[in-house]
Amino acid sequence: MRRFDRTMPPHLRPANGVTRVMGQVLFALLPATIAYVWYFGAGILINMTIAVAVAVTLEAAVLGARGRPIVDPLRDLSAIVTAVLLAFALPPLTPWWITATGAAFAIVFAKQLYGGLGYNPFNPAMAGYVVLLISFPAEMTRWLPPTGLDLALDSPDLAASLGYTLTGRFPADLSWDTVAGATPLDQVKTQLGLARTVSEIRSGPLYGDLGARGWEWINNFIAIGGIWLIYRKVIRWHIPVAMLTGIIVPATVFYLAEPGSFPPPSFHVFSGAAMLGAFFIATDPVSAATTDRGRLIYGAGIGLLTYVIRTWGGYPDGVAFAVLLMNMAVPAIDRYTVPRTYGHGR
Amino acid sequence: MSLAERLWRFHGGISLPGSKGLSTAEPLRNASIPDILVHPLSQHVGAPAEAIVSPGDVVLRGQPIAKAAGYVGSPVHAGSSGTVVEIGARPVPHPSGLSAECVVIRTDGEDRPFRGYDPLTNYRTLNAPALRARVRECGIVGLGGAAFPTSVKLNVGVGLKSLILNAAECEPYISCDDMLLRHRAEEVILGAQVMMHALEIRNCCIAIEEDKPEARAALMAANAGIADDRIEVTVIPAIYPAGGERQLIQVLTGREVPADGIPADIGYLCQNVGTAAAVARAVLRGEPLISRVVTVTGSGVASPANLEVRLGTAVSHVIAECGGYTESARHLVMGGAMMGFPLDRDDLPVIKATNCLLVASKDDIRPRDAALPCIRCGDCAQVCPARLLPQQLQWFTRADDFEQVEALNLYDCIECGCCDLVCPSHIPLTQYFRFAKTEIWARKREREQSDHARERFEARKARVEEQARERQRRLEAKTRALGKVGKDEAARKAMIDEVMKRVREKKNAGSSEVDPE
Repeated sequence: MRRFDRTMPPHLRPANGVTRVMGQVLFALLPATIAYVWYFGAGILINMTIAVAVAVTLEAAVLGARGRPIVDPLRDLSAIVTAVLLAFALPPLTPWWITATGAAFAIVFAKQLYGGLGYNPFNPAMAGYVVLLISFPAEMTRWLPPTGLDLALDSPDLAASLGYTLTGRFPADLSWDTVAGATPLDQVKTQLGLARTVSEIRSGPLYGDLGARGWEWINNFIAIGGIWLIYRKVIRWHIPVAMLTGIIVPATVFYLAEPGSFPPPSFHVFSGAAMLGAFFIATDPVSAATTDRGRLIYGAGIGLLTYVIRTWGGYPDGVAFAVLLMNMAVPAIDRYTVPRTYGHGR
Repeated sequence: MSLAERLWRFHGGISLPGSKGLSTAEPLRNASIPDILVHPLSQHVGAPAEAIVSPGDVVLRGQPIAKAAGYVGSPVHAGSSGTVVEIGARPVPHPSGLSAECVVIRTDGEDRPFRGYDPLTNYRTLNAPALRARVRECGIVGLGGAAFPTSVKLNVGVGLKSLILNAAECEPYISCDDMLLRHRAEEVILGAQVMMHALEIRNCCIAIEEDKPEARAALMAANAGIADDRIEVTVIPAIYPAGGERQLIQVLTGREVPADGIPADIGYLCQNVGTAAAVARAVLRGEPLISRVVTVTGSGVASPANLEVRLGTAVSHVIAECGGYTESARHLVMGGAMMGFPLDRDDLPVIKATNCLLVASKDDIRPRDAALPCIRCGDCAQVCPARLLPQQLQWFTRADDFEQVEALNLYDCIECGCCDLVCPSHIPLTQYFRFAKTEIWARKREREQSDHARERFEARKARVEEQARERQRRLEAKTRALGKVGKDEAARKAMIDEVMKRVREKKNAGSSEVDPE
């Protein structure tokens, strides 16, 4: 008689892995990152480096403190994805300690204190971002204009960017007054408040064909990366489609009703964090709804809330708040969207 | 009218590497009869059969050696002629790894046949009860792997819409139905005709996956030869688990079998092709189920093949027939790579449910990676053919919330293993669900037991209380009687005397009498 090792069925092994999923998400962000650098300089790379370093260090530290294995969880790349997404949401010139605070909050409070990967109810990157937005409103809304515009502004070079990020000071010949402006969404909001019409505002040099100059191209590349993720089945179409629909439908209704006071839907979709939110933020599986119908509701909710906050709320962009609000609704959505099991009545 | 004018899709499923070519290169052949045959009394769903032979009895090939116990049950027949040498507990192929009652026969090498079952060549005189009786006495059970007694499954009344013969064989490595069809397709069609006649079913659909062109051609040829235009062969896409009964019916008809029902509830009867062939042999040739086609495959066996094996043959004997083990043999699995269960030793017998023996190397069956936390990606729900939410089932199982687990229809899980295979966190989901199912059963049983105990306790308590009240009533009556007697000293005395006398009598009657109180 011969003895054999027992192994429980199924005996075939999965081909996919968390590391592979996260790696593909990072890869899909590459074209948008390049576009970002093209339009806004190397600031985002500095931010990414700081955020990743802080996120990985703190993830390891907290795992150690929790008495968990350290190396394997780091290999899943999820901390890096969180850090990179946070960096995408920050202004190109952000003091290092702000970036570090955001990454620390995202990893330590929003993720690890809830139990680490898989257990966080809130999107860690957005939780970190919102903490920064509320705590440091001035720094978080100072954006650079995209390059290639004749705005009589100077673009800080890599050295100046790095210097500002690390020390909070520009070289003698530069200052915020000479380099910065508000984001297009911010500007539209302020100017609408000053009773100017949308077409007047959009005739300014910041605005392009669809959304805002530079921004629209970054958003295009984000969408391309996102569609590649759908093609690779890393994410599914439900959340991005529902979220963009949730923005486009009310935007269209209000734009058609009163074109002077409401920007067109294309502007909403191609400005701010709409695309990043639809393809990379809201699709974070851990904090999103899990059923197909649930994901449609979840995505549409984020889209609608984004539009509402942008249009009537106190912040120029609403994606982060919308995501966190819908994160709260996820358990309820999951509970009420259980699909009909095979053989059970309709 | 044909059953499948168009094909439908079942939810989810995955495309798997078939790994079937390994065992289909060699033609189907008979395995030799070993010296010892071990026949477990329970190789089917339902009550174990009862042995009707004793050690020392001489038996013939196909002679019944155990009779069915209960309606859901099946008899067992001797795999060859010889002498019964032992009836007792032996290790059997079962997921539990436990031993069970077996009849052990030392074969005499003569293979003399038992002639107790007349061929019913004129099966057109057969009605449904007669067919069921023959199928039952010949010990036929579902040969697709479930081993449910076929006579019970055939008890669905007459006049169903369609008979569906399942030749999908969707699971990796298994090719026994494929090879049966290549070599004995006619038998399968004859079996279909017998069942259609007895159950008054007007048409039959034989469903086969697209990746078995040879078997399909053989089936078409046999069907053309028999020229029965009620029988059609339908090719279905090779998506695992299309061979699941409920999935197959959905692919062919677009309809779902009710969760608490059977296919006959929506007008269909589904049988495995191997079962159909066994029905044909039992009815037309009077041959009980004493052998079956077994796929012997995997890189752990020297020359993989399909063999017609006598039931009761040791696995080690079957492997030896295929050239023995290779150096890389590490795991032995009964069934396919998705749903087969592991055997930890090879001295176990081939039983009616043994469709495949997979001898796997460590490359065929890699060790599991450590499971990571669930990231809620929902890929598991995308592939679940029962449209369950494995991710949430897993969550509630871990949380010990079995009420939720049941509410999410855990019992509709067919344990196909698709969710395991797509999980990026490598969570052994199917194992979770098997655990949850047994846990829920165990808790229900425990609850029933404790309910029973509580009922008994409460009944006893009520009885004791009633007795106490009764005593109290008697005491009060006596006190009242005593009170009525009042000041009459003589009457009081008489009463006391009477009581004393009773007590004395009781004492004299002996101490053996115990007061029931």
